[in-house]
Amino acid sequence: MAIKYSQKVIREFTNPANVGDIDNANARATEGSAACGDMITYSLVIDPETHIIEEIKFLSYGCASNIATASMATKIAKGRTIEEVKKLNPKVVTEKLDGLPAVKIHCSVLAINGLKSAIRQWEIDHGLIEMPTENRELTRDDVLETLRSVTHPETGVNIVKMNMIRDIVIDGTTIYVELLVGETEEMYYENIEEETREHLEGLPGITSATVKLTENTPLKRRK
Amino acid sequence: MASAAESTPAPVYFDNGDSTPVLPEVVEAMLPWFTSSWGNPASLHKLGLDAEEALDTARESLANSIGCTAKEIIFTSGATEANNLALSGLRAQFPDKRHVVVSAIEHASVRNLVKRWAKIGDVELTELQVDGEGRVDPDSLRNAIRDDTLFVSIIHGNNEIGTIQDLNTLGGICRERGVLLHSDMAQSLGKIPLDLAKLPVDLASFNGHKSHGPKGVGALYVRNRTKLRRIMEGGPQEFSLRPGTENVPAIVGFVKAAEIAVRDLNEVMPRVGTLTKRLADGVLAIEHVRLNGPQIGSPDRLPGNLNVTFRYIEGEAILMSLNYAGVYVSSGSACSSRSLVPSHVLTAIGLLHEEAHGSIRYTLARQNTEEEVDRAIEQTKSAVDRLRAMTAFVPEEHSERESDHAKTFYKKHDDT
Repeated sequence: MAIKYSQKVIREFTNPANVGDIDNANARATEGSAACGDMITYSLVIDPETHIIEEIKFLSYGCASNIATASMATKIAKGRTIEEVKKLNPKVVTEKLDGLPAVKIHCSVLAINGLKSAIRQWEIDHGLIEMPTENRELTRDDVLETLRSVTHPETGVNIVKMNMIRDIVIDGTTIYVELLVGETEEMYYENIEEETREHLEGLPGITSATVKLTENTPLKRRK
Repeated sequence: MASAAESTPAPVYFDNGDSTPVLPEVVEAMLPWFTSSWGNPASLHKLGLDAEEALDTARESLANSIGCTAKEIIFTSGATEANNLALSGLRAQFPDKRHVVVSAIEHASVRNLVKRWAKIGDVELTELQVDGEGRVDPDSLRNAIRDDTLFVSIIHGNNEIGTIQDLNTLGGICRERGVLLHSDMAQSLGKIPLDLAKLPVDLASFNGHKSHGPKGVGALYVRNRTKLRRIMEGGPQEFSLRPGTENVPAIVGFVKAAEIAVRDLNEVMPRVGTLTKRLADGVLAIEHVRLNGPQIGSPDRLPGNLNVTFRYIEGEAILMSLNYAGVYVSSGSACSSRSLVPSHVLTAIGLLHEEAHGSIRYTLARQNTEEEVDRAIEQTKSAVDRLRAMTAFVPEEHSERESDHAKTFYKKHDDT
């Protein structure tokens, strides 16, 4: 299946802004993983007084749209306060790029989540927020929040919004999530399962995650 | 130094494993069947008879090209349909046989079909694992066959890594055990000599557009006396195995292309092989690269196929960089597939996901030139350099995760 990128995506990919690594960065984050073929590392200089992102650079291991979205995300973040950036929705990146193919929407989520992770780490380092404690009970809402970062490759919409979550069972350090999937989406099963499991295993205190896919007709779910 | 006035050179097309340009002679042979002799081969008047005659001649000619008889050929819409007709047709004919065997590196049209059967519980599926270069082990086939095995299906020339299976040996085992062997030969027609009369294969699938013929046409070879049921209902066309009015112009084009490919094989393929070797030498000279599949130039590999992994970077980004530089290739990375999973062929030969993600396939054919090879090498180098300069992949963090197979390979190459 051919992937059609907008002219803006092509421009950001062939000539990305803010590529590199800042030596004296005071905030850093790596989002994604090599196994998924989708990874961004940000380095930032945040002014402790004004909370303005003075400098930002990125490195990427990923496809053309991974590079383009990271480049665009750094352009958006630079010169803004961390409070502003924390409120950003991945859609901002997509819009500035004149859209992304549905199968690539997850790149914009990764690009924005990476920024948020870096800011969160900086806030923890500067005592602005508390380090999440291991003994805090993980809630259903925490799980839903992380699953909002899992994008359905066919629609570009996250799996929570698509009403795919059928069951969540948290048991100590293990978690079980059941997803409703349509039979016509069979080609995406592997990706959805892997992405979901990876996000669940990233939750604090979780050591193992089980994802079960249950087939349903797409109509029942989406209407 | 390139001057601004210099015109952009024509793109380098190294994706002949996906599709090939149709030869002018082939187009010429097709044209009359669109415009001046458009009859339905089933019609009784002159235009119908002309079309039927063209069909008979085409069938005879394809039979000559692949070493079988005309009545063993069923024209289809392509290799995907041929694969489906072969396997579903056998399943309909022998509903009591509940076990099927396929290799782990089949095309989606075989793989997805048998996986579906297995999922709904219609059959038990045995997938034959392959070695690090994609070869099926004869012993594993011997062990897989059971009394209730319906068929074995093994792709002849692999579309991704170019591995050619030893069908003589594998087919011999099937014969000993009385099991039918089907083989997807979409990639091997016109690239390696085929003589179905001598090959222990009972069914084989072909198509037109991988060897300079048109798209949307192919054929299924069904060895004499092999029983098969049709999977579509309709008229009595194609010996009642494939209903529907035959696509006469496409069939004429396909057969003409096959004829030319087979006629020129001994002249064209060594040249394509030499070009591929030149490309491989250039590309494999880049640091941290591995070759996927058998050695280049080996008789076990399709002559125009080169598949490599560039470590620390992602294949879709390489593909897109090359695309914008006018070099067209394909990739087995998850990001370049619609389903977002890496190629099952690359993982079957032992590559980790991050190794499959960095894969690029170059497939060369008769129209390609040395100058194109040199340009592709140059553009590959600059794409790889640019992407590696911005990579977030930290090799040290992943070195312990490298597959054993890859480790020995990289060691060998990193040292040089």
